[in-house]
Amino acid sequence: MARSDWEAVIGLEVHAQLLTDSKIFCGCSTAFGAPPNSQTCPVCLGLPGSLPVLNERVVEFGVRLGLALNCTIREHSVFARKNYFYPDLPKGYQISQHELPLCENGHLVIDTPEGEKKVGIIRAHLEEDAGKNLHDPEGGPSRVDLNRAGVPLMEIVSAPDIRSSDEAVEYLKNLRSILVYIGVNDGNLEEGSLRCDANVSVRKRGETGFRTRVEIKNLNSFRFLKQAIDFEIERQIRVWEEGGQVVQETRLFDAQAGVTRSMRSKEEAQDYRYFPEPDLPPLRVDEALVARVRESLPELPREKQARFVREYQLSAYDASVLVADKAVADYYEQAVAAYGKNPKTVANWVINEVLRLIKENPEGIRATRAEPERLAALLRLLDEGRINAGSAKAILEEVHRTGEEPEAVMRARGLEQVSDVGVIEEAVARVIAANPAELEKYRAGKKAVFGFFMGQVMRELKGQGDPKLVSEALRRALDS
Amino acid sequence: MNPTDLTLRELADALAAGELSSEEATRACLDRIRATDERLGAFLHVAEETALARARESDRRRREGNALGALDGVPVALKDNISTAGMPTTCASRILEGYVPPFDATVARRLGDAGAVVLGKVNLDEFAMGSTTETSAYRVTRNPWDLSRSPGGSSGGSAAAVAARQVYGALGTDTGGSIRQPASHCGVVGIKPTYGRCSRYGVVAYASSLDQVGTFGRTVEDAAILLQAIAGHDPLDSTSVSEPVPDWVAATRGASVEGMRLGIPKEYFVQGVDPEVEGAIRAAIATLVSLGAKVEEISLPHTEYAIAAYYVVAPAEASSNLARFDGIRYGLSVREGGLRDVYLKTRAAGFGPEVKRRILAGTWALSSGNYEQYSIRAQKVRTLIRRDFEEAFKRVDAIVTPVAPTAARRLGEKAEDPVEAYLADVFTLACNLAGLPGMSVPCGFTSKGLPVGMQLLGRPMDEATLFRVGAAYQQATDWHRQSPPEVA
Repeated sequence: MARSDWEAVIGLEVHAQLLTDSKIFCGCSTAFGAPPNSQTCPVCLGLPGSLPVLNERVVEFGVRLGLALNCTIREHSVFARKNYFYPDLPKGYQISQHELPLCENGHLVIDTPEGEKKVGIIRAHLEEDAGKNLHDPEGGPSRVDLNRAGVPLMEIVSAPDIRSSDEAVEYLKNLRSILVYIGVNDGNLEEGSLRCDANVSVRKRGETGFRTRVEIKNLNSFRFLKQAIDFEIERQIRVWEEGGQVVQETRLFDAQAGVTRSMRSKEEAQDYRYFPEPDLPPLRVDEALVARVRESLPELPREKQARFVREYQLSAYDASVLVADKAVADYYEQAVAAYGKNPKTVANWVINEVLRLIKENPEGIRATRAEPERLAALLRLLDEGRINAGSAKAILEEVHRTGEEPEAVMRARGLEQVSDVGVIEEAVARVIAANPAELEKYRAGKKAVFGFFMGQVMRELKGQGDPKLVSEALRRALDS
Repeated sequence: MNPTDLTLRELADALAAGELSSEEATRACLDRIRATDERLGAFLHVAEETALARARESDRRRREGNALGALDGVPVALKDNISTAGMPTTCASRILEGYVPPFDATVARRLGDAGAVVLGKVNLDEFAMGSTTETSAYRVTRNPWDLSRSPGGSSGGSAAAVAARQVYGALGTDTGGSIRQPASHCGVVGIKPTYGRCSRYGVVAYASSLDQVGTFGRTVEDAAILLQAIAGHDPLDSTSVSEPVPDWVAATRGASVEGMRLGIPKEYFVQGVDPEVEGAIRAAIATLVSLGAKVEEISLPHTEYAIAAYYVVAPAEASSNLARFDGIRYGLSVREGGLRDVYLKTRAAGFGPEVKRRILAGTWALSSGNYEQYSIRAQKVRTLIRRDFEEAFKRVDAIVTPVAPTAARRLGEKAEDPVEAYLADVFTLACNLAGLPGMSVPCGFTSKGLPVGMQLLGRPMDEATLFRVGAAYQQATDWHRQSPPEVA
C-alpha cells in the first residue's frame, strides 16, 4: 500500500513557562541560572505545613494567553493535585488544573500549502513546574535543584487537527510567536521555557475514527519536532502495513539517532489520582479582568501580517517573515517611519540584509547596532546616488557591528559614489584611449563590448562610479 | 497556693496586678511537668531555656509598661503538628524525627506575638490520625483522671497537659473531633472554630479540607482568650476566611442563654451511647433550660453517613498530603539501594500502621475506577450533611450533643480493631464535614470519676454563640473546677 493512502493525526501539548517575576504559589524569584536551591522557600520546598497562595499575575498571564488563542476563559476553574513520586517534585504532587481548566475551546490559524487552516486548542491550563534532578556523571549521588519548582506553566493542548510534521512545525512557530508577542513567554525551546510533546497516530485516508496514538517527548527544537513526527509516521505505517498493532505508549525522541524509542507503555502509565486541591479555593476570574486583559492585548502576528500587506503593500510572504518576531516587525515599522517612503524597499533591506546579519544571533534583532534610523539614513544615501548598492551592503555590515552613522562609514572607507560627470567623462576618455582594439570592435557593431568598457570605467573609478551616469557617459563617448 | 492552680484568666490578672511574674509561673509549670510528665506522658519536647527567656522578656515588657495583653507571659503548649521555628516538629512520627522547621506556623507566630510562653510540644496520634494518642511513635499519653486510660485524641497531649495543670492552655488541631473528644475525656474545654477561622499555614496537614486549629483551656473564657489571639485571616492560607474576628472574650463575660434556642438532634441520642454519658448530657441540657434556654428536638438525617464519608475524604487527602515524606529532602531517609528503595524503605520504616492504613485507603479511594464511586460520593454526602445543619440552624441557635458515646477508654482497649475505633468518632465528624464550629464543655463525671463533655455546635462563623452557651453553663456549674486526682 502506498504511503499516500495514509494520513497522520497529530496533536501537540506545549508547556510554556510564564514570564512572571515570582513563582505561581510563593514569592520566590523565577530568575534563571541562580545557584541551586537559592530561590526556594518553605512553600516551593514542600516543607510540612506550607500552603500555596496563587500569584495573581499568573492568572492575568493565563487569561492573556487564553484570549490570544481565542479561548473561552472559565469564570470558575479548579486547581487539582496530580499525584506521583519523583525527587524533583517536592510535595509528591503537582498542583495543576484537571477537570475545569482556565481556558478552553480556542484555535490558532496556520498557513499550509492548501491555504489557511484552523487548529483547535482544546484547553490551556495553569500548573506549577517541577524542580530538576542533577545527576553526577561520575556516578555519585544525584541531587535536586528546586529553583524551578513552582515556576508557573501553562499547558496548551491542541486538538488532533494537525496532519503533517510541517503543519506541526507551523503550529508551534505560530504559537511561539503569539506567546512572545503577548509577553507571557520568551519562546526559548532549547532552554526549555517552551516544551513540546506530540501525540501522533496514523489512519487510512477516509477513516473517521482514530487509531492508537503514541506520545513523543523531548522535542526541543523545530527540527527535532519535524524529524520525530516524520520518523513516527513512517514507523506506525510500517507497523500497520506489516499487520502489527501500534501500542499506546510514551516514546522519547533520540535526537542523535533521529529515532523515537519506547519509554513506557500504557500498562506502566501512572494513575495520577487527580482530585481538587483542597488548599486553594476555586479560581474565579471576573469579567472585568477578562475585559481589562483583552483591552491590553497587543496586535497579534496574523493581524499584523494582514495590516502590513494592506498598509505597506507587501507580499503575504514578506509580511509573514517580518511579523514572525515582534521585535523585527517593530524594527521594520520604525525604519519605514524614519525613511518616510517606499516601504517595499525597506522590507527588502530588512529581510535580505538585516535579518541575514543577525541570523545566528540568539538576541535576534536586538543584536544589531544598525538601528532603524541608521537603516533609513543608509537608504537615503542610496537614493541620493552617493553610494551604490554594493557599497550600501558593505556599509550596513559595518554599521551593524559598530553603530556608526552610515555617512561616516561611507566617508571613512571612501565609498562615496562618483557622481561628478566631469570625473566620469575623464575616466571614460582614459579607458577608450587605452583600448583602441575594443573601440574598433564596438564601432564595427559588436555592441557586447559595451560591458567590457563599463567594467573598465568602474574599475578606473574604484567601483564607486554611479552606474547610471557611467553608462550614459560611455554611450555618449562611444556612439559619438 | 501553687500558681499552676490558677486558670489562664486568673494568671493573666495576677500578672497584670504584679502578684506573680511570668518567670515564676513558667518555673511552676516546668516544675509540674518534671513532677508529673513521666507518668502523664503529655510532652514530646520541653523548651525550658527558650521558655524561661521568653518569660523574662515578658516580665521586662510588663515592668516597662509595654505588656501585650492577656496572654503576655502565659505558659502554653502546642500540639506537635504545629510548626515551630527552632523547635522540633515531629507529628509524633518517626518519619519526622529530628525535623526542625525553619518557620513558625501562623498560629504559633500569633501566640508569640501575643507574648505567650511556649513551654514545648505535646503528644498526638501520629499525624493526628487516631482518637486515643496511642498511635504516637514516641510515647503513651495517659488520662490525668485515670492513668490506665487514654486521654483521647488525637490532641491527647494538649488535653492532658491542660487538665493536669502543666500549662494554662494549649493549641490542638481537629480534623474529625481531635480537639473536642480529648477535651471531653480530660474534663477541659476544647473548641474547634469554623473551617477557615484559623490559619493552617505551618500546621502539618492531615486532611486539608477538614483540618482546623483550635484551643484548650480549663474554662470557656480561657479557650476564648487563646482563640482570640490566633484566629483571623492569614494571607498565607488561601482557605482562611476574611471575616473579622468578634470579641469572643467579651462574649463569655456575663453570658446568658436566656431565650436561646437549642436543638437536640435525635440521631445523636441512640443505642450505643453510654447511659451515664447520656445522663450527664441530659442533665446539662436541663441546666441550660433552667438558665432560660429553649430546647427542641431536631433531626440531622444524614448523620449516619458521616463516618463513611469522613473515612473516604480524610484518608484520600492524607494519602496526598503525606506523599512529601519521601526521604529526599528532610526527616527520616533510609538511603539504601536505588530511588524506589529509598521511597519504600523510608516510608515503611517511618510511618506507623494506622498512618499506613489511611494512606492505603486514601490512595485506593482516589484511584481511577474508585474515584467516582467513593470520593465523589463522599463529597455528595458532605453536601447533604451541610444541608442538614443549614435546615436545623433555621430553627435553633446552637445544637447540643454528646461528644463521644463513652468516657475515656482504657489504653490498648481497641488498638486491635480500627473500625470500632472509627465508630467512636460518630458524633464529632459531621461538624468537620460541614465546616462548623464545635466546642466541648465539661458537664459531669461517670461513676468511675471520668469526665464527660457536652458538644455545642454552631452556625458557620458563629463561635460567639458557643462561647456564650459554654460560659453561661460554667457560671452555673463547677465541673470545670475539679482537679484530676491522679496527678495531684
